Amino acid sequence: MDGGSLGIAAAEWVCVCAADDIWPNIGVCALVRNNQIAVFRLQDGDGVDHYYAIDNYDPQSDANVLSRGLTGSLGGRKVVASPIYKQHYDLVTGECLEDASQPVRAYAVRVDGGKIWVAV
Amino acid sequence: MKLVVIGNGMVGHKLLEQLTAQAVPDLEITVLCEESRPAYDRVHLSSYFSGTSAEELSLVTPNFFEQDNLLLKLNTKGVAIDRAARVVVTSNGERVTYDKLVLATGSYPFVPPVPGRDRPGCLVYRTIEDLEAMTDWGKKSKVGVVIGGGLLGLECAKALTDMGLVTHVVEFAPRLMAVQIDDGGGRVLRNKIEALGVTVHTQRNTLEIVDGSGMGIGGRHAMKFADGSQLETDMIVFSAGIRPRDELARVSGLEMGERGGIKVDKNCLTSDANIYAIGECALSGGKIYGLVAPGYEMARVVAQHISGSGAEFNGADMSTKLKLMGVDVASIGDAHAATPGSRCYVFTDERKQIYKKMVTSADGKELIGAVLVGEASEYGTLLQMMLNRMPLPESPEFLILPSSDGLAKPGLGVDALPDSAQICSCNDVSKGALCAAVEGGARTVGELKSCTKAGTSCGGCVALVTQIMKSELKRQGVAVNNHLCEHFAYSRQELYHLVRVHKIRSFRDLVHQHGSGLGCDICKPAVASILASCWNEFVLSKPNAALQDSNDYFLGNIQKDGTYSIIPRIAGGEITPQGLIVIGQVAQKYGLYTKITGGQRIDMFGAQVHQLPAIWRELTDAGFESGHAYGKALRTVKSCVGSTWCRYGMLDSVSMALKIEHRYKGLRSPHKLKSAVSGCTRECAEAQSKDFGVIATEKGWNLYVCGNGGMKPRHAELLAGDLDDETLIRYLDRFLMFYIRTADRLQRTSVWRDNMEGGLDYLKDVIVNDSLGIGAELESEMASIVDSYEDEWKKAIDDPETLKRFRSFVNSDAGDNNVVFVQERGQIRPATADEKKSRFKGIPVVEAEA
Repeated sequence: MDGGSLGIAAAEWVCVCAADDIWPNIGVCALVRNNQIAVFRLQDGDGVDHYYAIDNYDPQSDANVLSRGLTGSLGGRKVVASPIYKQHYDLVTGECLEDASQPVRAYAVRVDGGKIWVAV
Repeated sequence: MKLVVIGNGMVGHKLLEQLTAQAVPDLEITVLCEESRPAYDRVHLSSYFSGTSAEELSLVTPNFFEQDNLLLKLNTKGVAIDRAARVVVTSNGERVTYDKLVLATGSYPFVPPVPGRDRPGCLVYRTIEDLEAMTDWGKKSKVGVVIGGGLLGLECAKALTDMGLVTHVVEFAPRLMAVQIDDGGGRVLRNKIEALGVTVHTQRNTLEIVDGSGMGIGGRHAMKFADGSQLETDMIVFSAGIRPRDELARVSGLEMGERGGIKVDKNCLTSDANIYAIGECALSGGKIYGLVAPGYEMARVVAQHISGSGAEFNGADMSTKLKLMGVDVASIGDAHAATPGSRCYVFTDERKQIYKKMVTSADGKELIGAVLVGEASEYGTLLQMMLNRMPLPESPEFLILPSSDGLAKPGLGVDALPDSAQICSCNDVSKGALCAAVEGGARTVGELKSCTKAGTSCGGCVALVTQIMKSELKRQGVAVNNHLCEHFAYSRQELYHLVRVHKIRSFRDLVHQHGSGLGCDICKPAVASILASCWNEFVLSKPNAALQDSNDYFLGNIQKDGTYSIIPRIAGGEITPQGLIVIGQVAQKYGLYTKITGGQRIDMFGAQVHQLPAIWRELTDAGFESGHAYGKALRTVKSCVGSTWCRYGMLDSVSMALKIEHRYKGLRSPHKLKSAVSGCTRECAEAQSKDFGVIATEKGWNLYVCGNGGMKPRHAELLAGDLDDETLIRYLDRFLMFYIRTADRLQRTSVWRDNMEGGLDYLKDVIVNDSLGIGAELESEMASIVDSYEDEWKKAIDDPETLKRFRSFVNSDAGDNNVVFVQERGQIRPATADEKKSRFKGIPVVEAEA
């Protein structure tokens, strides 16, 4: 499942957890070489799962919290809302909907053998 | 300009407010006030006896008299005016010079010259000191008589019944409120008042007051009437009308009316061009105006005149609507049909005790007067019809007849009102001003109230203000959109009904059947709350967990650094020494910062996600449970120590607080709910600042609702008084469930109440009188919530699946290394950004427990 990325060259795939470790429509945080990456599982209307990954660090609040935000959709975009000041981040691109000058990184995600892999 | 104002009553104070708002340059104002306290609300004086304090009656906004150009002298009377020198001599012998002088000396209660009127226990009703004297005498009395069955007399009778006295009203005229209402209305009013336990004696001329047969309580005085009958009583309050306080003007040689009152012209100027008179001491157009609205109007006229514009007072409409002892009474215009040729429509319902009369002009085209007793919802409509001389509809009788199909009758089309129509007479707000405010962005009644002041004094116009707002919004093409968010084209209230009616138990089903998209951080928590209010299933079950915002998801309060704070329930603020020790030990072990909350609890800060289960385990093992400090749910029920310990306590407030807190703990609602129980009217628990507050009296519990502290403080209002435990809980069940059913998302009870059409009366009707017939339903819904309560912390740590989620990282047991604390005053606090950069100052990252 490709969540898209901001054009990162020579990515390396890292396994972060089992697909079942993430409940539907919830995020978790993975520690990948001292970087915190928020990984989300969103279920669409047909019950199909899609996985996304962005930084866990929320630049607006200077706290590692994005994996703990509420997920959903705004317009056509899949987003997570920061639990601190409620800005929305696009799960595909990492763009902050309220403040385009403060994006976070987005990472490619794939499911393979029941495991979640993130490209870093 | 040096301005001296004599008198700081309601009207005198309104003048000061107007002048300071206009910011007239170089104005120095000296205010003489003979009372010991500045202006207070005399209109709502009787609420003093149902628990409102003197401070709450105050009309003075904080720091008002700290303004530079304003000097208030309390306990100071003006005793002479040297008009030639333009000097006022005060009771302290001081001489205050003026350029302009305003007399706002008000009135005094008229006491008929009955022999014995000055016996001990014969009182009047005007100032807070008078109220204090009434309270003192009330304690020594069983029976009380009010002489005078007018508006104030009936207010006063309410005060006596509030004090628990056997109460009589003695009136000289053949009916109550003889000035404002007619015989038919008087009859209904009398029946209603007598049904409340007050005995009414009309056509009684008191000849003298002598010793009664009782040697103390129970017959201190005997009142002898002209018809030979007599009445024994312990205290007497005279409320037989008012007389202008004009003695200072009289001795100063100002022109007076034949029967008193200081003569003024249209600018409210007296016969001395440097002296104004306003309010109840002024005689304008041959009339003394004994209502507050005309007094306020005079204050506005004088404020404008002083600042150089030419406003005029051209008399005032004396129409009035009030609630006397819970009975609606309204009088409009020519209530007695005294206009030659006028014709009446009358409707009487003797079963419900309702009387309504309309008076029309001789040609039947215009409304010129009305009387409404027992029910006065048409007041606003009828008043506007009269004031604006609007043509009556084809069959005007339907304006006062109850509609046969049970539906609300069509009110006055507000669109027909001219822009100049005065909607709020207390604060002189026109329809045009309201429409302008709507155009300026006001979208709710609350906003309109705060930007125009309409409806903020007596509140009689709020229904009309609401209609005008809605109509204006519609006219301006503003769709009043209360859709929850882009995913649901429904309001919270509508979603609540969909969930209940269709027995929907998951967000997935709801969004599938009634919404679109994946949901968002607005609708998910709102729906989670609705589901919890309806079905009370575990908030962290697999389908529910994804709906909770971070606080509910981790059952703690997220802080700026992403850590959580933990508040165990300390119901009623009661905690054992052992409980305190456990909290101390837990905080110490996990290095948490502790602070006492405003709600009589203890908050522990600085826990990371992975630490929460271990902390909860220790707390729940010691008997603690979640305090729901993170939820839109019942937070805390504060209490004072109550009758168990306190020498003033009336009832056991702690036990009641415990009972309430344990009954409603965990109840999910549109917003957080706070409560308190006080053991007496000293109100140490501050119950009147809560969503629902309970205060003990000698006769039971008083229930106050819809108060708020915080951002927009609002005093709670009395919903019902003197309740026993069982009735209190029943009303609370209904109140809370009704709020849960009907409020908007994140709407506190105070805002919910402010936006409720019909206001407090409507709420009372629904909760106390069960006017919608849903009382039993609300109670049973609440019962099922109460019965299915489970402690969420315990539930979370006992469920291995849920427990798995409480890790900072899905693939590591480490903690977040961006969480850095420093020491301050012997405890931790989050490091600032600068401190984080120089890590050595911080405490090392806490590693997860094994």
